[in-house]
Amino acid sequence: MESDLLCEFESLRAKSITSIRAAKEEGRKVVGKYCIYSPMELVLAAGAIPIPLCSTKQDPIAEAEKVLPRNLCPLIKSSYGYAASGACPYFNASDLLIAETTCDGKKKMYELLSDIKPLHLLQLPQKQDEEALQYWYGEILKLKNRLEEDFSVTITDHNLREAIQLMNEERRSLQDLQDIAKLKPSPISGIDLLMVLYNRGFSVDKKEAVFMVDRLTLELKELYSKGVTPFTRKTPRILLTGVPIGIGSHKVVQIIEENGGNVVCFESCGGYKAVYDRVDEEKEPLLAIAKKYLGTPCSCMSPNLARFELVERLAEEFDVDGVVDLTWQGCHTYNIESYSMKKYLQEKRNRPFLQIETDYSESDVEQLKVRIEAFLEMIN
Amino acid sequence: MVNKIDFLKYSERGEVVITAGIDVGSTATKAVIFDGTIRSMAIIPTGWNPKEAGRNVFLEALNEASLQEQDISMIVGTGYGRVSLAFIDRKVTEITCHAKGARFLFPQTRTVIDIGGQDSKVIAVGEDGSVVDFIMNDKCAAGTGRFLQVMTGILDITLDELGQMASGSKPVSINSMCTVFAESEIIGLLAQEVTKEAIASGIVQTIANKMLSLTSRVPCLEEITFSGGVANNPEICAVLSSAFGAKFNIAHQPQIVGALGAAILGYEKL
Ligand code: SF4
Ligand code: SF4
Repeated sequence: MESDLLCEFESLRAKSITSIRAAKEEGRKVVGKYCIYSPMELVLAAGAIPIPLCSTKQDPIAEAEKVLPRNLCPLIKSSYGYAASGACPYFNASDLLIAETTCDGKKKMYELLSDIKPLHLLQLPQKQDEEALQYWYGEILKLKNRLEEDFSVTITDHNLREAIQLMNEERRSLQDLQDIAKLKPSPISGIDLLMVLYNRGFSVDKKEAVFMVDRLTLELKELYSKGVTPFTRKTPRILLTGVPIGIGSHKVVQIIEENGGNVVCFESCGGYKAVYDRVDEEKEPLLAIAKKYLGTPCSCMSPNLARFELVERLAEEFDVDGVVDLTWQGCHTYNIESYSMKKYLQEKRNRPFLQIETDYSESDVEQLKVRIEAFLEMIN
Repeated sequence: MVNKIDFLKYSERGEVVITAGIDVGSTATKAVIFDGTIRSMAIIPTGWNPKEAGRNVFLEALNEASLQEQDISMIVGTGYGRVSLAFIDRKVTEITCHAKGARFLFPQTRTVIDIGGQDSKVIAVGEDGSVVDFIMNDKCAAGTGRFLQVMTGILDITLDELGQMASGSKPVSINSMCTVFAESEIIGLLAQEVTKEAIASGIVQTIANKMLSLTSRVPCLEEITFSGGVANNPEICAVLSSAFGAKFNIAHQPQIVGALGAAILGYEKL
């Protein structure tokens, strides 16, 4: 799709580094984060700028492999390599890193990162009940204290409530945008949608980003009503679940769409998973924040039934023809969970399911093409 | 085999519709000319130029059937080299083609096992003949034709000889699935003076185990049709079929199943 607004999103990433530098000159702090368990509301309430540091590029991996084992998840290697090599401007700009004990690989990688930058580690419980919530609440409280101390600020209830509202507003706008692809055929390609979801994360001014996303949603609605779309009613509709992806690690989305499919829904971290649930604005702020974040259905939780239910629900709502479960090589939790995911989906409604295990490199593109094309032929 | 599509199709000029399927694999390139039944077929090595191989095999099959290029209403390409064929009308993946070809030859087929040059696959076929699920080995040559090629190379024997040697000998266990590691393992076994027969048998067992492990992820119902060049080898077929605990359907020319499927898909499309 050709649109000025899309171009604006495309240039957002490059532009944001200038804005970050300017904000830093004015004394604002920058907090880097790697995961959607990091409670953004606290960072905002401390007056700091949260920036995602999860790397999606192949290039830094060689550098990372000097230290990290080769058979490790590419996301971890890439993120570490980008940071440690000094090449990531966002990492360099960060005053503090927030990290969580999610999967083993990330947890141990953070130990290495903490030698380079101040890092606050949140001990994330791996179950989602009342007891875990109390524990996690304690961790959130410690993060609040750390931010207050490091940045010499006081985080008030009022700050927190404002941040909660802003973040909920962001979630609302991102969900509205993604829901556009429920239209048949969708007016936006999966690759464009991914670009927007990914790039908007780098915007310094959240209110402005919400405004931009809402404008795009409106534009897409108009396109749909005019019948403008890259697809037809017969285009196979795919839901993508599994590991986080972004621009740079988008090869599977690209292959699906180059071979006649349309990724209509990203259940993964940069997509629906992060936005479908909101922080309760009525409850005590810190507890409400703790509750929302702990509920995130990631494979590091055990059990992780909520993810299966979410995927099934979205598959219904987006009326998809097949589910593709993308898992990075070396990601044990998602790889193992793929088996149960398939079983769950097939028991519910015998939905066509394809697991793809790959990494950031281009080495298996030909094989992937065969498998994805065959999958699309199968569901067509 | 007496398989046939029971109806003949006629073109606008009242002539019987004829289609071609071309399967450009990593080792061999195959073509089938089809008009409701198999008119002719050809198999040649792919060599280094898949484009030329695709062209040549097509001409050879045409020649065999005493037909001209203009007699063919549709050409469908499949296999790894399908993208290199400029003269085809449609391309379809080998998964869909193998299922199609296997169902034509053996209408009760519910599972297709294919050992190709650089990948192997198991395809689950529904009652109506459509693909319902499939699995391929990826990023690795274990359990493929390439694996066998490397192993026979070390033992300095042909694939036929491998089968003959393997039959009746007790397999030595080969632990590495990886082609490179298996290679060094076999060299080690030879140094320990393990017989070539036991090693050959071990190699075949490795292939059977690998294929069996693939089927744990997809439903594997009977009847099972085995396709690909390796299926030409009766001893290897016997080991595989006993590992699967099921009888295998094996075509007279198991390599052409994919090309046949491609030709049929073209025929049905018209
Ligand atoms: S997949 Fe899990 S660990 Fe990775 S970013 Fe998402 S929530 Fe965090
Ligand atoms: S993809 Fe898997 S291994 Fe990689 S960081 Fe996320 S949870 Fe960890």
